[in-house]
Amino acid sequence: MNEHIVTSYEEELALLDKKIAHMGGLAEHNLGLSFDALEHRDPRLAETVVKSDKQIDQLQREIETLVISMIARRQPMADDLRRVMAALRIAGDLERVGDLAKNIAKRALAIAHESHPKPLMTGLGHMVELALKQLKSVLDAYSERDAEKAMAVWRDDEQIDAMYNSLFRELLTYMMEDPRNIGLSTHLLFGAKNIERVGDHTTNIAETVHFLVKGMNITDDRPKLDQTSTTLISKD
Amino acid sequence: MDAQVATSTHTVPRMTAGVGAKVVARDCNVFYGEKHAIKMLNVDIPDRSVTSFIGPSGCGKSTFLRCINRMNDTIPICRVTGTINIDNRDIYDPSLDVVQLRARVGMVFQKPNPFPKSIYDNVAYGPRIHGLAQSKAEMDEIVMTSLEKAGLLKEVKDRLLESGTGLSGGQQQRLCIARAIAVSPEVILMDEPCSALDPIATAKIEELIDELRSNYCIIIVTHSMQQAARVSQRTAFFHLGTLVEEGETSQIFTNPQDKRTQDYITGRFG
Repeated sequence: MNEHIVTSYEEELALLDKKIAHMGGLAEHNLGLSFDALEHRDPRLAETVVKSDKQIDQLQREIETLVISMIARRQPMADDLRRVMAALRIAGDLERVGDLAKNIAKRALAIAHESHPKPLMTGLGHMVELALKQLKSVLDAYSERDAEKAMAVWRDDEQIDAMYNSLFRELLTYMMEDPRNIGLSTHLLFGAKNIERVGDHTTNIAETVHFLVKGMNITDDRPKLDQTSTTLISKD
Repeated sequence: MDAQVATSTHTVPRMTAGVGAKVVARDCNVFYGEKHAIKMLNVDIPDRSVTSFIGPSGCGKSTFLRCINRMNDTIPICRVTGTINIDNRDIYDPSLDVVQLRARVGMVFQKPNPFPKSIYDNVAYGPRIHGLAQSKAEMDEIVMTSLEKAGLLKEVKDRLLESGTGLSGGQQQRLCIARAIAVSPEVILMDEPCSALDPIATAKIEELIDELRSNYCIIIVTHSMQQAARVSQRTAFFHLGTLVEEGETSQIFTNPQDKRTQDYITGRFG
């Protein structure tokens, strides 16, 4: 792609990419840390996540301001228009990922003094791992402008959904075994739900990358395996 | 599971052989002496809509525009080959009356060029030479309706006998539009009609273009991409004498298919 005749325009577009990369890095980092805080019952680490989320919010505001100013001053067209719109949308999704990580960190604080059943933590750990891998891939797809890679992420989200389903069932069973488990289990269930939501924001980003590269939206329905909204465990 | 991708915005089907099209050019070439100014141009321009021609200076967009009412006939070294049809009639047919053609295909220029006559006579000039009015009352009617349609009547109704050249630039341009529509044309060609006007006068002309499109086939050459994006339903991009890409305006400006179009509209040419 040739460079713009106006250099400062080119610089602003590059700055957008840089800010998204920075934001994506922070969101990934915080999500990882929030689970570590949960797993190792580390309130200090949890506090760090809560605090550093402000930085993600700040970056989102900066990206929004830059996008608005670019639309007003430069009237971006064609792929430039898609670039600024994509940056705006991705910033919104990453800000949500940051919030979800922060929420997990807060739950880590709440249950720091309870014992954590190992199998449940392992299940949650796998979910986080996969969510992080997906998030990293989609951010790479964005910086490489790789629609195929983004589509692979988009399709693989069903794995996170499947893991969430099975964790949901396990937690329900665990609660039924002993009502004293309900407090902890509910926090873990919300934690799992948060990770599942991270997966959804990741697929949003994948759709945005597809739009950015190809200039059209994906019209297909994404395979969805999250059935928890219709799941009940019978008494017998 | 393979993702399905919407193709509707991707390939805008070219209108087939003039169905629904007002102006149809096939294998059109224009030469200025040795210089090959337009190369094998094919385009279908729909009726009752605005089509804009964009492209860098010297790309041939104005040259092609001037072919549509045979303004290029006035340049001795200019030669046109191929066909340009309006309503399925070849406008380069030797038996065709060029004066009649130019009444059907009106033109508005970059610089407002009212005649050094009264506002009334500027508008009445065309109908008079074409014998469109049988009486003074009928002529008054034509003049008033044309000024009204051009959005100028309110501003000039008390000074119709004053000179047209005394109006402001924007008013003069709307007077020229009134003069063009007074002879009931079918096609209106506009060659950068706003490039000499301030933003308010430009907005008034754009509003006018939008109103006129329900009755006319309008073709506008503009250097302002934003203007093309605002006023036209279809956009054609010219480069080095060829028509590179033509399609729905929203598609051209969000997802152009040709790299040259992309480079031009995003400011990367040069």
